[in-house]
Amino acid sequence: MATDITSYDFYVGLTQHKLMASRSLSTGQLFLPPRPLDPKDMSTEMEWVELSGKGKLLTFTVIYVGTSAMIAAGYDRKNPYCVGIVQTDEGPAISAQIMDLDLSHPELIQIGMPLEVVYLERGEGEAKKTFLGFKPAA
Amino acid sequence: MAQGKLSRGVAVVGAGMTKFGSFRCKTSRELFVTAFQEMLASVDKGVDPKQIEALFIGNFSSDLFETQSHTAPIMADWVGLTPRPAVRLEDACASSGVALRQGILAVASGVYDMVLVGGIEKMTDLPGDKVTDALGIAADTIYETSTGFTFPGFYASMATAYMHAYGATPQTFMKVGMKNHENGSLNDKAQFGQRISAIMEARKASAVKKGLPMPTWQTELDFLSDDRGNPMVAWPMRLFDCSPVSDGAAALLLVSEELARNFTDAPLHVIGTGQASDGALHSRSTLTSIPAARAAAQEAYRMAGVTVNDIQVAEVHDCFTIAEIIATEDLGFFAPGTGGKAAEAGETARTGSHPINTSGGLKSKGHPVGASGAGQVNEIWKQLRGTAGERQLPGNPSIGLTHNVGGTGQTCTVHIFERR
Repeated sequence: MATDITSYDFYVGLTQHKLMASRSLSTGQLFLPPRPLDPKDMSTEMEWVELSGKGKLLTFTVIYVGTSAMIAAGYDRKNPYCVGIVQTDEGPAISAQIMDLDLSHPELIQIGMPLEVVYLERGEGEAKKTFLGFKPAA
Repeated sequence: MAQGKLSRGVAVVGAGMTKFGSFRCKTSRELFVTAFQEMLASVDKGVDPKQIEALFIGNFSSDLFETQSHTAPIMADWVGLTPRPAVRLEDACASSGVALRQGILAVASGVYDMVLVGGIEKMTDLPGDKVTDALGIAADTIYETSTGFTFPGFYASMATAYMHAYGATPQTFMKVGMKNHENGSLNDKAQFGQRISAIMEARKASAVKKGLPMPTWQTELDFLSDDRGNPMVAWPMRLFDCSPVSDGAAALLLVSEELARNFTDAPLHVIGTGQASDGALHSRSTLTSIPAARAAAQEAYRMAGVTVNDIQVAEVHDCFTIAEIIATEDLGFFAPGTGGKAAEAGETARTGSHPINTSGGLKSKGHPVGASGAGQVNEIWKQLRGTAGERQLPGNPSIGLTHNVGGTGQTCTVHIFERR
């Protein structure tokens, strides 16, 4: 029986500080975000794979006017946040918040810089959830 | 076997739209009535609206913006079309481009001879942060918006990638906004139909009136480069790189080609239609192009039997200034990486080699998202029929194109029209 590959379990992985992808048993293709069907051969025979959490910055922006969730988390025009697209060392790319950068001079942030995963807690009470982040690699 | 062509020809014989703007006391149904009336009045030889057989309406999110679903029958009812079928098409900001395509396919199929295509969006009732959230659900909420990405943020990330790849600067993007506001200043339907310089002078006058320190801006670029005049939204996109939050509606009347001359001697024949889909921005092979736009354009050019060199005027989806630059490359007007330089050189101005967004684009005209695609066709309707007034292109253009993007390019439609 095929393993269930769900976004729910991806987020459970984040709460356990694991960055989980899916891998097609037939083609070996890796999927992040994890998906249950391999478009190459339409196979649903998948397994979970934990990624190294290492990657590089493909692109980014510094957001001054954020989503309500980010405003609730304390971000605003005076305290902007960075989000970007990170290509993992294993190949696939994903969106994430990028932490620990000097945001006063976004033009100095280097595309291609090495990053490592961080796990971000946001929200209160039942809405509390772990989100995907990256920061400059040590 | 499918031929990739329409089974019979389809023509636009009427087009109307509201002014785009912020209309506190009007809901989308009233806006649609206004667009519908203007469309009827635009039919040169007149039309009996009872001949309309179906309604295809584009709308992104009346659900969130107006707490109203099941919007299509309401629109049909308000313009007196019930009990004819009415369907709402939702593909984010490409909703009415997609509605247009579905209307075209319905007439081409032979099921209908005459259909109404429309677009509506009423966005300004929500506070700004709720508008940001509402638009955000057009991206992947589980894997994109959840990280904090906003729509300005997505396009800003494309701008960052474009600057890195091709050496563009924030000034490159500002030139697009300046050009579109100049065009919009000649369009009475535009929400912000003023040149940037006029907006700058108004701000200066306001500062004097309020006793605030006088800004030192001398040029449009001074104003656009200053946080006080043009605050950052998502670096490198500033406020004047972003299309506004808008209310508006647009309506188009489509008939089978053989009936077109009954309604006007100058119909716009739909010679090409293309549409494509894609995954999330982070899943794509490129961040400096929108692959769905290239695929939709290829389909539309092939069907029309024309190349980009035949396109005399184009309305492209400039939801952000970077988006117009990428659009002009994806459509083939300029090679990858050269659209920014072309914009800086004035090639996309009304006097340039490839006039883009003569209406003022979404930037100046406004972006009521579900109405924008049908709004674009209104400009092509005017330009190809020689009725665009002060902003009319010279040379009697006869072939025009619209390019309407949903999300960051999860959807794109391209349409090509010819006046015969």
